[in-house]
Amino acid sequence: MTEFLMAPFVGAFFAAAIYLILSRSVIRMLLGITILGNGVNLLIFIMGRVSPEVPPIVPAGALRPSELAANPLPQALILTAIVIGFALFTFLLVLGYRAYQELDADNTDNMRLAEPKNAPRPPMSY
Amino acid sequence: METSHNLSDSPGELPAAMLETATAAGDWILILPVIIALMAGALLLVLRHSRGYQSGFAILAVLAIIIVEIDLFWRVLETGPLAMTMGNWLPPFGITFVADLMGAGFALAASVVTLVVLVFFQAEIVPREQRHGFYPLVLLLLAGVTGAFLTGDLFNLYVWFEVMLISSFGLMIIGGRKIQLDGAVKYGFLNFLATTFFLVGLGYIYGLTGTLNMADISLVVPAADAGAMTAIAALFLLAFGMKAAAFPVNAWLPASYHTPDAAVSALFAGLLTKVGVYALLRIMIALLPASRDILDPVLTAIAVSTLLIAPLGALAQTNLRRALGFLVIGGIGAVFAGMALPTIVGVAGAIFYAFHSILTMSALYLVAGLIERVTQATDTRHMGGVYAASSPISIMFLILIFGAAGLPPFLGFWPKLLLAQGAIENSDWLILFAVLANSILTSIAGTRLWAHIFWRPGREGKFSEQKNDQLRRLSPLEKWAAQGSAIALVGIIVLVGLFPNLVFTSAGISAQDLLSTQRYIDAVGIEVTP
Amino acid sequence: MRTVIFKTIAPALTAIMVVFSVFVLLRGHNEPGGGFIGGLIAASAVAIYGIAVGVEEVRRAMRVDPISVAGFGVFIAAFAGLLSLGQSVPYLTGLWAYFEIGGSKITVSTPLVFDVGVYLAVVGTISAIALALEEDEEGK
Repeated sequence: MTEFLMAPFVGAFFAAAIYLILSRSVIRMLLGITILGNGVNLLIFIMGRVSPEVPPIVPAGALRPSELAANPLPQALILTAIVIGFALFTFLLVLGYRAYQELDADNTDNMRLAEPKNAPRPPMSY
Repeated sequence: METSHNLSDSPGELPAAMLETATAAGDWILILPVIIALMAGALLLVLRHSRGYQSGFAILAVLAIIIVEIDLFWRVLETGPLAMTMGNWLPPFGITFVADLMGAGFALAASVVTLVVLVFFQAEIVPREQRHGFYPLVLLLLAGVTGAFLTGDLFNLYVWFEVMLISSFGLMIIGGRKIQLDGAVKYGFLNFLATTFFLVGLGYIYGLTGTLNMADISLVVPAADAGAMTAIAALFLLAFGMKAAAFPVNAWLPASYHTPDAAVSALFAGLLTKVGVYALLRIMIALLPASRDILDPVLTAIAVSTLLIAPLGALAQTNLRRALGFLVIGGIGAVFAGMALPTIVGVAGAIFYAFHSILTMSALYLVAGLIERVTQATDTRHMGGVYAASSPISIMFLILIFGAAGLPPFLGFWPKLLLAQGAIENSDWLILFAVLANSILTSIAGTRLWAHIFWRPGREGKFSEQKNDQLRRLSPLEKWAAQGSAIALVGIIVLVGLFPNLVFTSAGISAQDLLSTQRYIDAVGIEVTP
Repeated sequence: MRTVIFKTIAPALTAIMVVFSVFVLLRGHNEPGGGFIGGLIAASAVAIYGIAVGVEEVRRAMRVDPISVAGFGVFIAAFAGLLSLGQSVPYLTGLWAYFEIGGSKITVSTPLVFDVGVYLAVVGTISAIALALEEDEEGK
């Protein structure tokens, strides 16, 4: 049942994240990306079914964890996703910061170096 | 501490978890390409201040990978898919690597392109202190791409995607020009978003089927809820569609691919979008075929719009490499067309087209880099007269443009032929029209580029009939390393185009394996439990 | 943050944390712990030392560039899997060896080598990021 109680939280995370990502400001987009990552991790956690609180560790002297142990796979998946998400986030953070310094723009509308405004018309000869 | 030896449960009660059969040492060729790339990349990261050996070492490593992959390809061609589950665990518990013909072929094409780009890079002008980042990143990128092509586990696919993404971020900003930062912001955010959507789909598919092993999924899915599976398939379609730059979510590609150095953008054009396409082929056709049938109208719409809009975008561009970016997108549309035609001929066309696109698009970007070097401009309005200045470049560009448009006898013709045949078989006239119209529009866009860059004597405007005085000669290094490597790649493309039998057979077998996954499942060795 | 108290305590704190991280790394063999957690503890030790005495000093004390440490870690981790080549088992299969030294049993295995690789990779990457961010703070 806990899954149903937690599902709205995933929805709330996603809603907040998408709202922030739609913003023009790079720093808000970064926050949105982080929240989205956390929402996804929570989603994977719920998808592994929330079970009683026995950690999935094999007790000393036994060959298998107790019957009540939680599902360890989502935890492994989430740990991987957190690490990767963290690495990408730091990269984007540094990138956004440097873009702010060099391009003098936190607003993505002003980042038009790669796609110039008033792009020239295609060549008309031939 | 003595856990593993004082057994309180009797071993007989435990279900089997480890493989009993021995693994032949020869099977290791499946994993070796990834290991070599990963270890060589890591080693170069450690030794990145000893500049003298870096390029030679990287080239040697990629050569070794190519040799292993040729061996792997032959073996898969002769004996069928090859699988290995890491750590001796029983599939689906361990992470499985599987090479079927499609994965092995794409991996081979990817490493050939990487080798060519490594040689081409010798002539790039990059500040010395930033140059040393290139080689480890390229090898890690290749590890990610090869891993994605060879893995048989969905979560592992996600990990390789991220390995690829992180190294491509690093490559994107080598050189550190302002325009690169701008491109990298757009590339970075949208690709990160796409992998996050992929992760959402992964979470759902794990929750509903309880497995992430591809072979296992394809066994379990028919019993699962069809509606939920279609929702997951749609999520994957969005995630990988973004990665592959299919039409409604393609804007990041022409915004970023022209910003780094030509060698880097050639690598990206050849490898990155194709990995997205590969994942879609695998998931849509092999894993979730029932959902694919429901999503068929969506796939058709994406295919037709991408096929038609991309070359129009190329026509409207004045920046050479941005125009080529739209041609890359057009190729993605062709692969989607194959996905919308789920017969052997259609799927084989998609696989063949993706293979052709890996080689041709990289070569196009390399030639574009040479053109930019000769004309000292990035904008086609400021180019002109290259035909008189350099005949190898103009011949290569024409061959590649015809190949991209799908004109015989070049490599691009054969997959288009398969796609057209598949469309006729399925009586899908809309796709047939789009595939043919794409060829015409691409040749118009390409030949207009050719006319402006090569035929027109000078720059646009009143100087257009005078000789272009901005042209410079290639230095000997550029001539041998850059132009030579581009000629080698174009030579491979022409040869494969003239003798396409092997690729035809392989694409057919790959399509067969995708449409009926039995050989794949047998290779992985999943035991069917009721 | 460069108060006298913090500066005095930081070296001792760093030393303790590094030792503890190695303990966690080795303990991870059979019990909770392992290369990843250990690496994080060691990286936070580096970060704390960096806050206390400055990034320049940390770089000098580490002698090796953090990114090189990370690369070496990845190399070792991939190499650990290669050790099972020629044993008729797949890549990354754990191989175990037992020694008796002075009456206590020592277990050496390829997963331990792999874990050491993970440890180094995490230490290298996280301290590189932490130092870069701290450097940015100091630069202002």
